[in-house]
Amino acid sequence: MARITRDEVLHVARLARIELSDDEVAKFQEQLANILEAVSKVSELDLSDVPPTAHPLEIANAWAEDVPRDCLPLDEVFANAPDRDGDYFRTPPA
Amino acid sequence: MTTGVGSTEPEKSGGADLRGAGAGSWEPVIGLEIHVQLKTETKMFCRCRNGFGGEPNSQTCPVCLAFPGALPVPNRRAIEETIKLGLALDCTIAERAVFHRKNYFYPDNPKAYQISQYDEPLCARGHLDVPTEHGVTRIGITRAHLEEDAAKNVHVAASGRIHGATATLVDFNRCGTPLVEIVTEPDIHDAETAKRFLQLLRQTVVELELSDAELEHGSMRFDVNVSVRPAGSDELRTRTELKNMNSFSFAAKGIEREIARQIRIYEDGGVVEQETLHFDPAHEESPPLRSKEEAQDYRYFPEPDLVPVEPGKDLVDRLRATLQVLPGARITRIAETLSFYDADVLVTGGLDRLWTSLVDAGADPKEAANVLANQFVAAGIDPGTVDAGELAKLVSARAEIPRAAFDEALAKVGERGFSADPYLEQKVVADTAELDPIIQRIIDANPAQAEQYRSGKEGLLGFFVGRVMKETGGSADPRVVNERVRALL
Repeated sequence: MARITRDEVLHVARLARIELSDDEVAKFQEQLANILEAVSKVSELDLSDVPPTAHPLEIANAWAEDVPRDCLPLDEVFANAPDRDGDYFRTPPA
Repeated sequence: MTTGVGSTEPEKSGGADLRGAGAGSWEPVIGLEIHVQLKTETKMFCRCRNGFGGEPNSQTCPVCLAFPGALPVPNRRAIEETIKLGLALDCTIAERAVFHRKNYFYPDNPKAYQISQYDEPLCARGHLDVPTEHGVTRIGITRAHLEEDAAKNVHVAASGRIHGATATLVDFNRCGTPLVEIVTEPDIHDAETAKRFLQLLRQTVVELELSDAELEHGSMRFDVNVSVRPAGSDELRTRTELKNMNSFSFAAKGIEREIARQIRIYEDGGVVEQETLHFDPAHEESPPLRSKEEAQDYRYFPEPDLVPVEPGKDLVDRLRATLQVLPGARITRIAETLSFYDADVLVTGGLDRLWTSLVDAGADPKEAANVLANQFVAAGIDPGTVDAGELAKLVSARAEIPRAAFDEALAKVGERGFSADPYLEQKVVADTAELDPIIQRIIDANPAQAEQYRSGKEGLLGFFVGRVMKETGGSADPRVVNERVRALL
């Protein structure tokens, strides 16, 4: 069973600026451990000859020409914004 | 932003000297990190316009606002321009480059990650040769990679100060615009070389037409890492980071101050603390990580929404073929004719191509350099608008035409269809038979000053020369006037 400590959960939560209750810390500790456990299955294989994969698709150079297209109208830009100040998004002080 | 994957081993630093090192027993170690905004038409991963001046949030779309489900598509031109810069810096261009997510939570980035590059950047292991009076100093380039810029945050508060802000206002127009990050090896050992490197890099970027690279608009920004170590040692001690400096001269002064501060601490038996010194709060970028957070907290991983970039030999060769002679090489070449100082001023001022044309058109090299670096710059004329043949005539005739006529002509030299000929017809008055009566009249009119001059107050010579120049409408030859005033006094 992969282990993840309570401090590690709190650390990751702090990086995301999320406040967790003690119950939530315990819950995520278990869930994150399960995820790590599942992913660590891969290490059961001998992959010493396999180069790291950055992307599963065997293609490269998917790009677009440098030609402008229309932007969103402001009412759509702000449609889901919780707070707005003129044409700015407004957030708690950062 | 520092990715922490660059080599931290100091490489050989060609010809570094220790001027400015203060105590001779300490060697400063300086590394630079430079961000340059590319002047593409569109952003890095969406086709919103990339440009200043739009109303807040008017240049945004689902991709750069991070609406759910939106997918990034890289800007081909931004990739090509980064490769071009890499080639100009003699970097190895990656056969395969990968974009990574750099995770952090801050209101300047709605995705909560910046798309950047990590261990497979487009360009790595290059160098820029910086000409100095004592030869060339080679500064290693660890890497040059492509990433996206963040939004602009405005911190508002009743007091107008950043601390104690009551809210943050966000404009996403800049969010997602292409940014090239260039990281040097810690190969720089004095402030002057750091300044020269930055000037030369800026001129290179401007000539490649990748960026306006204007410090005052933030289209070029740089951070400086400074540490000192006992001379002769190759250890790397704790460094401090100098951020948000908005001029090269200011940076040089800041570096010198910081070097002196660290030496003082060590000599007093103290320890230098790792810290970041902010110089210009007005240009402050929001630090995404608090000081206690480590680079590993960025949790880099390959961006799953983007496939790798594989430039290929054809593309790289095509881009290489577009490169012209770079500014560093031109400084070295011109310094064979002029002093190093003049060559440096001409090239980093974007004036050397015009200088070459003037010399080709018959102007004296030194005289042409003087006029360009002084009167021409002061007149604020775009070198690209000038007919070199006409300006060369003016430069060659400078001593023979009145100063006023020269200045007037120079101010108009950028105008379409400008001809130097009418100005060349105005001859400077050097005839003593014509000048002597004027000079005598002025001396007679100012007996007190004449008396003071004769009793040793030589500074008054300028008073008389100035009166004569004024009297003759600037048409007198100042050298002759000088001579005659002395004689007649």
